[in-house]
Amino acid sequence: MSAPLLEVRGLTVEFPTRRGILRALDGVSFAIAPGEVLGVVGESGAGKSLTGAAIIGLLAPPGRIAGGSILLDGARIDHLPAEAMRRIRGRRIGAIFQDPLTTLNPLYTIGRQLIETIQTHLGLSGADARARAVHWLEEVGIPAAARRIDAYPHEFSGGQRQRVVIALALCAEPRLVIADEPTTALDVSIQAQIIALLKRLAREHTTAVMLITHDMGVIAETADRVAVMYAGRIAEIGPVADVVRAPAHPYTAGLMASIPALEHRVARLAQIEGAMPRLDAIPPGCAFNPRCPRAHDRCRAERPELMGAGATEAACWLHAPAHAESSPAHA
Amino acid sequence: MPEAPLTPADATTDMPVLEVTGVTRLFDVSRPWLQRVLAAERKLFLRAVDDISFTIARGTTLSLVGESGCGKSTVARLAVGLLRPTAGEIHFEGQPLSTARAQPALRRRMNMIFQDPFASLNPRWRVRDIVAEPIRAFALARGAEAVRGRVEALLTQVGLSAADGEKYPHEFSGGQRQRISIARALASEPEFLICDEPTSALDVSVQAQILNLMRDLQDRLGLTYLFISHNLAVVRHMSDRLGVMYLGRIVELGPAETVFRTPAHPYTRLLLEAIPDLERVGQPRTPVGGEVPSPIDPPPGCPFHPRCPLANDRCRQEKPAHARTGEVLVACHAVEEGRSA
Ligand SMILES: Nc1ncnc2c1ncn2[C@@H]1O[C@H](COP(=O)(O)OP(=O)(O)OP(=O)(O)O)[C@@H](O)[C@H]1O
Ligand SMILES: Nc1ncnc2c1ncn2[C@@H]1O[C@H](COP(=O)(O)OP(=O)(O)O)[C@@H](O)[C@H]1O
Ligand code: SF4
Ligand code: SF4
Ligand SMILES: [Mg+2]
Ligand SMILES: [Mg+2]
Repeated sequence: MSAPLLEVRGLTVEFPTRRGILRALDGVSFAIAPGEVLGVVGESGAGKSLTGAAIIGLLAPPGRIAGGSILLDGARIDHLPAEAMRRIRGRRIGAIFQDPLTTLNPLYTIGRQLIETIQTHLGLSGADARARAVHWLEEVGIPAAARRIDAYPHEFSGGQRQRVVIALALCAEPRLVIADEPTTALDVSIQAQIIALLKRLAREHTTAVMLITHDMGVIAETADRVAVMYAGRIAEIGPVADVVRAPAHPYTAGLMASIPALEHRVARLAQIEGAMPRLDAIPPGCAFNPRCPRAHDRCRAERPELMGAGATEAACWLHAPAHAESSPAHA
Repeated sequence: MPEAPLTPADATTDMPVLEVTGVTRLFDVSRPWLQRVLAAERKLFLRAVDDISFTIARGTTLSLVGESGCGKSTVARLAVGLLRPTAGEIHFEGQPLSTARAQPALRRRMNMIFQDPFASLNPRWRVRDIVAEPIRAFALARGAEAVRGRVEALLTQVGLSAADGEKYPHEFSGGQRQRISIARALASEPEFLICDEPTSALDVSVQAQILNLMRDLQDRLGLTYLFISHNLAVVRHMSDRLGVMYLGRIVELGPAETVFRTPAHPYTRLLLEAIPDLERVGQPRTPVGGEVPSPIDPPPGCPFHPRCPLANDRCRQEKPAHARTGEVLVACHAVEEGRSA
């Protein structure tokens, strides 16, 4: 991998509450190279959105970064003053969220929102900024862009609004885009269009993308690498084909097996018993151990960090060099 | 029609549990009367369900799939009697639905499971009271002891413990709450369950638990399901028969295996093509363009023609009727004319 554009090391996020401190992210580390799409998957509450929010400096108070560091192009961006972070957001990091209506201001035309962003971050004049805005609307596939630029968000369909949001996130030509469930609110046929668009733009502009979703199918088709999160930590990370076809972590294996296939029908879906623990009840050792069919004594006592496991890295003692039976987890 | 049988034991096996014939449902989406009169506008109707027909045989699952707004939930609400059809007829166990619903003995035999297990459970009731409510309402067990025994059996049946009855809904995870909804739906001892997106709010690992549970219960209790989902892979896992909906119409209806293996309607093909799939790691796709038009102002002719790669002049003018090929019904001129292969 070339020098990473984004590097997250040991990221820990905490929420002070009346009952004590909740640790929502605990030592999350990964990197994304320019032009690479990193998928982040996991069950709801696993910490996907918090990871994204911490990177763009939008953690909701009282949430705070309690440890670790975040580097963009080699320079730390965690704990920057609010004003400096605001400049980075938009110019160097773009954000796309699930609901386009939270990103778009309903009171302004989409043109005004695009032009303002372009002027602020690229310093173009009014006419040049408008031409650029039309160009971006064409890029994301809004028909009759030159005319539609003066329309308000509610005049667009859900799929078109998400296209506008993508244009808004990309028009300042950021180096990194964080997309949190960008297609979850959309129908499958529109979802396929949006994902293809995001992927094409990322490739053409060598933008790094962190694509957060709970839909493994979306990741499989879009991402270069994937990080699987569980209870505030990364359980496994690696090239998408390896994680999907030969998962090394028992949780990843269980997750893959529980997805109904389109190609054939099985009598029974594989299921992982139980549920992900709540933040205030994370078991000691490996957080997955109460649900893991391969759990052994060490899992209940010691917490595994990510370690090499074939083509991927997995936080699982089955892959410790000393472990006697280092067979794959899905065996 | 003579009196319909009340227990499955006497039921003629070939009588469908549910029979929907030519059902249409309009919604009035006009502006308020005064504004409309002042602006000299006509009344405006949205055709949420447009002339649909299907039957569900006992002990089987019929699924409806389609994208948001195509009318799936409206069909569910029609089938359970929460909405009345504007035109057409619905029969449950051989009787008109309204007649059937007027009889407690028949009414208790159909029930519904909703998408959102959070909204559908009363937060102030203990789980045991939530599950006991239909048992008391239909007097299916006498005495506190018997009701409690029945509640405990139901909770165990859906994979919860008897002690969970003492807790409140907020103390459970999403998947557990959906189990509570299922226990409550089963409490009236129904034979027919209408399930509207029962796993759409759940993570895949939890979804697998609920889908397995639903299939186990069907095998054990001989349940009949109308199963609604926008997720084709889930539908494939659950269904015997499948109906694909687009803008209020069923465009393709037939045995699920046949429709999945050899989809005939261009919209069914588009849907199957669009689904992100684990098998397609790293294979880029060419997405199909266009979006679902507004059901208030649907296109003339075949409503799918603006997005259809096979559309021609006839499609733009004439609405295709259903034609049968083998066991599959398809509403498409190209299929009928044999130019769809
Ligand atoms: N009470 C109502 N008044 C007016 N329009 C309605 C009403 N209920 C539904 N509709 C409209 O009828 C159409 C079908 O709605 P329905 O809820 O059946 O869709 P659906 O297929 O269940 O969609 P989803 O996948 O989003 O749940 C939609 O256009 C919807 O906006
Ligand atoms: N403001 C908050 N206060 C307390 N806990 C929070 C807050 N926001 C998120 N969390 C917790 O942090 C965990 C991770 O949340 P999130 O990143 O949103 O999950 P995901 O996006 O993977 O579904 C969850 O357990 C969630 O309940
Ligand atoms: S460390 Fe142990 S409990 Fe955790 S996933 Fe690996 S085998 Fe299972
Ligand atoms: S009738 Fe015509 S437009 Fe409609 S689906 Fe068939 S070929 Fe396409
Ligand atoms: Mg989230
Ligand atoms: Mg619905």
